[in-house]
Amino acid sequence: MSHTPHRLEVKNINIGYGEKIILRDLSFQVPHGARVAVVGPNGAGKSTLFKALVGLLPLQKGEILIHGESLGAHRDCVAYVPQREEVDWRFPVTVSDVVMMGRFAQMGWLKRTTVHDKDAVQESLTRMGIADLAEHSIGQLSGGQQQRAFLARAIAQEPHILLMDEPFTGVDITTQEATLRLLDHLQEQQVTAIVSTHDLNLAGSRFDLVLLLNHRLIAFGTPQEVFVKENLAQAFGNSLLVMENGVMLVDECCPPDEEHHHHHTEAK
Amino acid sequence: MNWLLEPLAYEFMQRGLLASVIVGVLCAVMGTYVVLRGMAFLGDAMAHAILPGVAIAYILKGDLLIGAGAAAIAIALTIGLFTREGAVKEDTAIGILFAAALSLGVALISTMQTYAVDLSHILFGNVLGVSIADLWLIGGLSLAILVIVALLYKPFLVISFDPVLAATLRLPTELLRNLMLVLLALTVVVSLQTVGVSLAAAMLVTPAATAYLLTRRLLPMMLVSAVIGAISSVVGLYISYYFNVVSGSAIVLTATLFFLVAFGWKRLRKA
Repeated sequence: MSHTPHRLEVKNINIGYGEKIILRDLSFQVPHGARVAVVGPNGAGKSTLFKALVGLLPLQKGEILIHGESLGAHRDCVAYVPQREEVDWRFPVTVSDVVMMGRFAQMGWLKRTTVHDKDAVQESLTRMGIADLAEHSIGQLSGGQQQRAFLARAIAQEPHILLMDEPFTGVDITTQEATLRLLDHLQEQQVTAIVSTHDLNLAGSRFDLVLLLNHRLIAFGTPQEVFVKENLAQAFGNSLLVMENGVMLVDECCPPDEEHHHHHTEAK
Repeated sequence: MNWLLEPLAYEFMQRGLLASVIVGVLCAVMGTYVVLRGMAFLGDAMAHAILPGVAIAYILKGDLLIGAGAAAIAIALTIGLFTREGAVKEDTAIGILFAAALSLGVALISTMQTYAVDLSHILFGNVLGVSIADLWLIGGLSLAILVIVALLYKPFLVISFDPVLAATLRLPTELLRNLMLVLLALTVVVSLQTVGVSLAAAMLVTPAATAYLLTRRLLPMMLVSAVIGAISSVVGLYISYYFNVVSGSAIVLTATLFFLVAFGWKRLRKA
């Protein structure tokens, strides 16, 4: 039995677009301050889950409770960094303008920015290693720098739950490391981090809990509990390769239903 | 100096100048969102779509501005309705309504016998015919719109730049989007008198596009755009006075000149 109260509860939810249900009968509970990795094959519903958690996608069934209250009761306690920001990169805003947007809900939409807001922005920029880019236009940044700017905005929001969709995919090493350091910092701050990733080894080594999805919940628990052969086979089928040293690789070059011939022989 | 002061000896010139500057600033500020949100087509459509409202007001001998205002708001809200949750793409919805409203306007006008003078003023503006009452209406509406834009600076910024953030921060995105359409519609109505419906779209887009080339942040862009809008209005009106050109055209052409200069300057700096 856990002594920490469960702060995020997902109860029997169905999520999807119109008639099509992407995730079915999903239930899990995340204690306050945990680092959760969300893993599963492409199209398993990871991004869909995140959209539901921030209220971008309505639930077709079930409910999501944060601190025991339904989604939306807390206006700004969930921050979300999507896979690729759907923003207009040519919009006339600087990096610090973008980060300041994270403060808007807290400061009040009609109020002026205070010194406290400016400090929070500065601290977030420094933490993500982009303080020197503060006055650059957002469009001038590289992909990794842009991602760090949006991570900085998410922490400037001072959320209780931070959702990151694939922050380790397609970014430079500096950004990966800044993101990993951020995870440690979030844990110190008792902020729950829910992160989707393709990197199962990272999920196994840097996270407290792993949520394994494939259109439904396959397993949820510590990495040791989740990463067992049966679960992985259920989630990934034969596209998973476990190396002799325990390193896990997921072959995602081809759509799962496509006929292909890989001659990987499973070690063990 | 005398040539600067001479036109101001006439009261209708004073009123015209004041009205032009107010409208120039208002269009330039709203135009910032028009340019950034890609609503240029919408602005143009809106301007033409108010024609049926104007025609009906003309037939009923009512106030043309009120007819235009009612039509503009109806069009703005209908566009919002059609595009809600992506039922129809925005430019498609605009295309349908634009054509329908324009046709209705022309149909109504064709039933009349004497419409030429007033309706040509509606199309091209009649800045020298601004009455004191018009001036109050233009000033009051413009002030109200600018105050709303200033108050809602942050929500408008977020829904324009990052709709996903707007949703996660629980902003009433639909409401704000519709409000912006209504404000745009009212801006077009206010500019009826000075540049007319045919040229209102240019005053919405050109100063803001010029400012976009010269600035890197939203607030400076709005301010630079407002200054360009105001200067274009003053210069245009003087050109209109001395060279006997239609005022709306003179104002728009001046704004276009500013744009070309800014564009050339930007090109040269890059090269």
